[in-house]
Amino acid sequence: MVIRENFENNLKELKRKINEMGELSIDALEKAFTALQTQDVEIALKVIEEDTDIDNLELEINQFAVWLMAKEQPVARDLRVVVGVLKISNGVERIADFAVNIAKSTIKIGKANSLLDLTDLEKMKDISILMLKKSLKSFLEEDIALAKEVSDLEDEVDQYNIETYKKLTNYLSEHPEETNQLVQLLFVNRYIERVADHITNIAESTAFLIKGQMFDFNP
Amino acid sequence: MSTAVMERSESLVMEENQTVKVQSQMEIKREEKASKITVKDLNLFYGEKQALYGVSLNIREKEVTALIGPSGCGKSTFLRTLNRMNDLIDGVKITGDIMIDRENVYKNNDVIKLRTKVGMVFQKPNLFPMSIYDNVAYGPRMQGIKNKKELNQIVEESLKGAAIWDEVKDRLKSSALGLSGGQQQRVCIARAIAMKPDVILMDEPTSALDPISTLKVEELITNMKKDYTIVIVTHNMQQAARISDKTAFFLNGEVVEFDDTDTIFSTPSDQRTEDYVTGRFG
Repeated sequence: MVIRENFENNLKELKRKINEMGELSIDALEKAFTALQTQDVEIALKVIEEDTDIDNLELEINQFAVWLMAKEQPVARDLRVVVGVLKISNGVERIADFAVNIAKSTIKIGKANSLLDLTDLEKMKDISILMLKKSLKSFLEEDIALAKEVSDLEDEVDQYNIETYKKLTNYLSEHPEETNQLVQLLFVNRYIERVADHITNIAESTAFLIKGQMFDFNP
Repeated sequence: MSTAVMERSESLVMEENQTVKVQSQMEIKREEKASKITVKDLNLFYGEKQALYGVSLNIREKEVTALIGPSGCGKSTFLRTLNRMNDLIDGVKITGDIMIDRENVYKNNDVIKLRTKVGMVFQKPNLFPMSIYDNVAYGPRMQGIKNKKELNQIVEESLKGAAIWDEVKDRLKSSALGLSGGQQQRVCIARAIAMKPDVILMDEPTSALDPISTLKVEELITNMKKDYTIVIVTHNMQQAARISDKTAFFLNGEVVEFDDTDTIFSTPSDQRTEDYVTGRFG
């Protein structure tokens, strides 16, 4: 007989829910960016509406985790999994909020001559989504090498962030008539950089779960 | 902006990302305390059957050391070797050394003196069928203390030390067996304290108690460690985690792992320890 089979199953269920939440956030980011590219307000509104599902899932995960702590009194790795779930769900929720912010910027830009090609925002978004996939996989499979890869990718996002900032501000000085759109793109630049930060925190939580030690991947 | 300020802010903004391992609080070294009990390569046989295999432990002064492990792993047997309670069982053979305050327990024949120094509290309260007062005064009287005032003082101090004084001070002359289980267990602790021991051994002292009495006894143990060295056998792992400084994990008569309690319950080094504390076997 496997001892604590129920508890094992509950831990698996928690991880499954985190994965579900992660996938919803990836979806939200992709959609928000498509909306930004195609200047499609309909899609942007959809991202904002669907964020409620992610918020609800976070609440559900948190209640589940707290209940498991009270009922099962986990220690050692088990405890780190439950605490990790609490932190990671919080991070994923924040990432989804940035997708909402990008959608709001899309609405503010409205119909205009898109200046997105000036920037590296799409690359930043692609790398961020890759990071999020890796960090979730690293958590689910308890693979620390993947967690480290996430932190390396963050450096790339940071680099693009700096370059995009320079490109947009330079363009702004020459084309003040585009201020509205350029300011929104500067915001989006910031949002994606923050997304990458939150993903790196997820990787840190995963590293803590695996090794039982704190790591600071973005000092 | 001056160049220096520019450079500093540049380096803050641009600083290359590094992986930094943050020192976790768990790793902060505690002040080293003197060793009270040193056990070296202890083997114990019940007749042909070996119950302990090469146990070596250093139990430090004024700390709580918890012994955990599944039933039959030898933790109670080990506990009883510390004040030679196993001498009472036929066919027990012991090899190896147990030093308490650098004195070899098995080379000194004064068992009475040893058990005065190393007191014990058992699983079930085992008070004598006499008054609360007489229970606590029993040991000191056997040692020849007759002075009433002195006895009164010992009884009061011991009952206070066991956090039971306020509950029994008005009924010292009534039978100890009329108390609740939790109260009786604390009177047992008072009876052990009355002998002014250095070390107190506890063999599952709360396993027969209700949750509230258990918490009271745990609180008491935590407060007692400023004066005594305590070794406790417990099946309640949360209890070991709450009250002990060091934890030894026993399995099949061997010590698998002995370390700071924080480490045992957060990042044990042996997989078997991890499996046991997380409830995967046992």
